[in-house]
Amino acid sequence: MSVVLQKSARAGAPGEAPAAGLAARKADFPILARSVRGKRLVYLDNAATTQKPEAVIEAEARYYRESNANIHRGVHWLSQHSTDLYEESRERVRALLNAARSEEIVFTRGTTEAINLVAYSWARTNLKAGDEILITTMEHHSNIVPWQLVCAQTGAVLRVAPIGDEGALDLDAFDALLGPRTRLVAVAHVSNALGTVNPVTRLVQRAHAVGAVVLVDGAQAVAHTAVDVQAIGCDFYAFSGHKLYGPTGIGALYGRHELLQAMPPWQGGGDMIRTVSFEASTWADAPQRFEAGTPNIAGVVALGAAIDYLRSVGIDRVAAHEHALLAYGTRALEAIPGLRLIGTAAGKAGILSFTIDGIHPHDLGTILDTEGVAIRAGHHCTMPLMKRFGIPGTARASLALYNDESDVDALAAAIRRAQDLFEGR
Amino acid sequence: MNSRGDLRELYQEVIFDHNRKPRNFHQMPEANRSADGHNPLCGDQLTVYLRVSDGRVEDVSFVGHGCAISTASASLMTEAVKGRSIEEIESLFRDVHALLTDQQPPERDFGKLVALSGVREFPVRVKCATLAWHTLHNALAGHGEQAKTE
Repeated sequence: MSVVLQKSARAGAPGEAPAAGLAARKADFPILARSVRGKRLVYLDNAATTQKPEAVIEAEARYYRESNANIHRGVHWLSQHSTDLYEESRERVRALLNAARSEEIVFTRGTTEAINLVAYSWARTNLKAGDEILITTMEHHSNIVPWQLVCAQTGAVLRVAPIGDEGALDLDAFDALLGPRTRLVAVAHVSNALGTVNPVTRLVQRAHAVGAVVLVDGAQAVAHTAVDVQAIGCDFYAFSGHKLYGPTGIGALYGRHELLQAMPPWQGGGDMIRTVSFEASTWADAPQRFEAGTPNIAGVVALGAAIDYLRSVGIDRVAAHEHALLAYGTRALEAIPGLRLIGTAAGKAGILSFTIDGIHPHDLGTILDTEGVAIRAGHHCTMPLMKRFGIPGTARASLALYNDESDVDALAAAIRRAQDLFEGR
Repeated sequence: MNSRGDLRELYQEVIFDHNRKPRNFHQMPEANRSADGHNPLCGDQLTVYLRVSDGRVEDVSFVGHGCAISTASASLMTEAVKGRSIEEIESLFRDVHALLTDQQPPERDFGKLVALSGVREFPVRVKCATLAWHTLHNALAGHGEQAKTE
């Protein structure tokens, strides 16, 4: 099987169909045909996890039916076949991120494990007391807590760049916090709670100017916008497969080759060694050095299928579709009295986070659920961010390529029904 | 399953009433027992104050913020336990817990508290309704520990 990856697919070729017409893609996702609590499922919790197209479900099942064997060690045909599928998926991830070489892609359980890999292997080796790690107020807990653990162990200090009331990063404050002590900058590409798109290319330039290494948390970006790690210039980029129409339990870390090659292993075991003796062992090159033990092979193969699916739809078409739907949803929600959008930055991806006067987000989530509308309610693993806005949490609707105006209409209607219920109408 | 019917079971008028106008909703400087409760998952937070004398809760109040279920549960709780003995309240605590979680709750006249039983059909919301009761339990036990719902 050969991997056909054309540059033009990434670039969003001029000849592509207009953004409309993605609605037909609903049919690619079997779960969207089911009902919930007697209602059509209106799935708007895509920032938590996306649904899976038939092609991905089938790829995982087919792997177990036809190709299952352990990788990188068997002399038998099936093992070689399985290894080829695994490494072809690595190439797909490389192409998705436009990394320079596939050795820069390390498979992990997801974004969280990818960030922890950098925290354990790079940060613990390179940071010392007084060094600074700079993050932002809008980070997910998974891009806060690993660095707190590093700080506790090394004596490094965590700095936090603030955001404005609309949810955009305060760039002047960010620049002012960069200095000779800044060794690492860890920042979300897209905020999971606000939808804010950070100007990562600019942030990387400023961070590199002071000699800092930059990790970008791409969990909320890869399924919604074209990502080019070489253009961004970042040193690390982390993402999860399950937010990209792939299975849970698989994701990847992009790391610049020189950095990965200089980093020690963080987990020991099979597959990550070159030689082992009781006196000393030597390590395999990256990426195998960071993939100890039998990996989630079926997950990797299915992630490859998810990337193929996304590219067949066209990431730029997806981005345009979601952007138009976000604008439609913003108008629909703004028309609801008592509703306040949280996160109104100029650059946003498909997330509508909001509060409603007199209705707690969890009450709203329950009432919407009885209408078949699945959203997330709570702090979205961004407790410091919620504190910044002075709220315990928000209700959040998040978009994917299969959502359409009817989903947004169902959301708005269900919110009005909740208001009727609460106001005794 | 008739979802609209279940929703009305969960959000009964008495719940809305106690959410809009929580009873005994104030601090109590003369309290001799108190405890904090926190549900980190949803940010619900409350403090329960008690004035206990001769094994009896002479007065009870609470402050805090949370969803309609947790606010109403706390408000209904204060009404239900005021003036009762600690023994009676501990028995009620166990029975209310069963009312919220068991399909066959104990035979008992729960009074207005029966309005809380709608959470049984919404398992993720059970913690909203039990938070105030766990906090009360801690305040009575005098641990002064923060009640957590997980």
